[in-house]
Amino acid sequence: MSAALQFLGLLLAAAGAFFFVAGSAGLIRFPDQLSRLHALTKADNLGLGLVALGLLPFAAGVFAALKLLVIWALVLLSGASAAQMVAERVRAAEPPA
Amino acid sequence: MTEALTLLATIILGSVAAGLWRVLRGPAPADRLMAAQLLSTGAIAALLLLGAATGDPALLDVALLLALFGAFATVAFVLGARLARQR
Amino acid sequence: MILDWLLDGMVALLILAAALWTLAAPTPFAAVIGFVGFGLLASLAWVRLAAVDVALTEAAVGAGATGVILLQSAVRLRRGAAEVAAATPGRATTLLAGLLAGGLGLGLALAVLALPATVPGPAAEAAARSAEVGLGNLVAAVLMAYRGLDTLLESIVLVFAVLAVWAMGPDRHWGGIPGPRFARQRDGPLALLARWLPPVGIVIGIHIAWVGADAPGGKFQGGTVLAAMWVLAWGAGLVRPPSVADRRVRLVLVAGPLGFLLAGLLGAVLDGSFLAWPAALGKPLLLLVEAAMTLSVAAALALLVVGPPERRA
Repeated sequence: MSAALQFLGLLLAAAGAFFFVAGSAGLIRFPDQLSRLHALTKADNLGLGLVALGLLPFAAGVFAALKLLVIWALVLLSGASAAQMVAERVRAAEPPA
Repeated sequence: MTEALTLLATIILGSVAAGLWRVLRGPAPADRLMAAQLLSTGAIAALLLLGAATGDPALLDVALLLALFGAFATVAFVLGARLARQR
Repeated sequence: MILDWLLDGMVALLILAAALWTLAAPTPFAAVIGFVGFGLLASLAWVRLAAVDVALTEAAVGAGATGVILLQSAVRLRRGAAEVAAATPGRATTLLAGLLAGGLGLGLALAVLALPATVPGPAAEAAARSAEVGLGNLVAAVLMAYRGLDTLLESIVLVFAVLAVWAMGPDRHWGGIPGPRFARQRDGPLALLARWLPPVGIVIGIHIAWVGADAPGGKFQGGTVLAAMWVLAWGAGLVRPPSVADRRVRLVLVAGPLGFLLAGLLGAVLDGSFLAWPAALGKPLLLLVEAAMTLSVAAALALLVVGPPERRA
């Protein structure tokens, strides 16, 4: 049971790694800042979220599992607010359309 | 299992490291901030994976601190921009 | 095995790249971002070296607090472009300093590589007797007991650093409110972050300081987290720094070093040597000093970010 769960977790974490690769590729390749911001937030929210979820079966106990979820929640909060702040700066710098 | 987790950590770290190219290239401060943010999240993911691989619970605390400080470079940047406008 | 080499090699190369970028960056802002990246990577390197205590410090102080302080400095320096240009050393001096620092680094690296596999020294004895101090975390035991004097002096250095920053303010503002004033954020991302993050951050800061007795963590890392949470609320205009003449501020600032000093003197009276933790009072006294130190570190770091007094109280 736990081996099967861990295998499933590994698959989820691998999916998370895919989002990190995609996010980095987007950050490098996308032509303008707002698209790049879009790529970054996918890695932040989904990439780390899938990794955290996938690692839940590996957690040493309830407290460690909770910590994983808190870390994800913190990154969601910081990532979302930071992305909004960066976007505000980018829009302020752009000429009005 | 341990190898698979370490491999995933290496892949994530490698990809966000490639994203560091944006810190070099810019062109705008926002681009550099984004690359730093991606590196921070990638480092958190790598720490979680390595923590599961090695079984050391303390790595979660390092990840917790990085998660807490994730937005601080951006906050400092925004405050700096406000400060520059006030003067 | 190969995977470990791959991961460690990558982290090492990235650290070097981030360091080179920080030195070569075209603007102070770009250099600070490079430095923050360097701190993140160094934190990972410490984890790979199984030095999680140092990794926590690097994550909090290196990547977090120092990045914020340096960014604020970069903004402040913009007004004095002429003075900065005049004080910037020429190419020859920079090259010479670089060569000297590079040579020193190389020498240190060679020295580390030449170390014998088992190092003679008091480490084994310290490890064997760390339980006597009542601390399960060996690093904390060494910092508080065996190298207590270093830790005491470090905490005093922080107080001096705050005094040095305060002294940068003009005479007419002495006794006034330090730092710039930020408009109160009613809504928007900064307001959201400044209202949601501190409650969680304060718990995490206390957790990190508390587990420091038995697991990686401690007062410096925990204090840095507490300081960061206050700085966030300050930046969003939710709290105002107290005046530098406020006695309570000064008391919090010196509580840690003062408590440490008093405990050390108590050791001198009861156990016959300065900074010997009296066995009878051992752990409770130690925890009291650690708690006071956490507050003092938090206050000092927050005041360092805020800067010198800038307006009347």
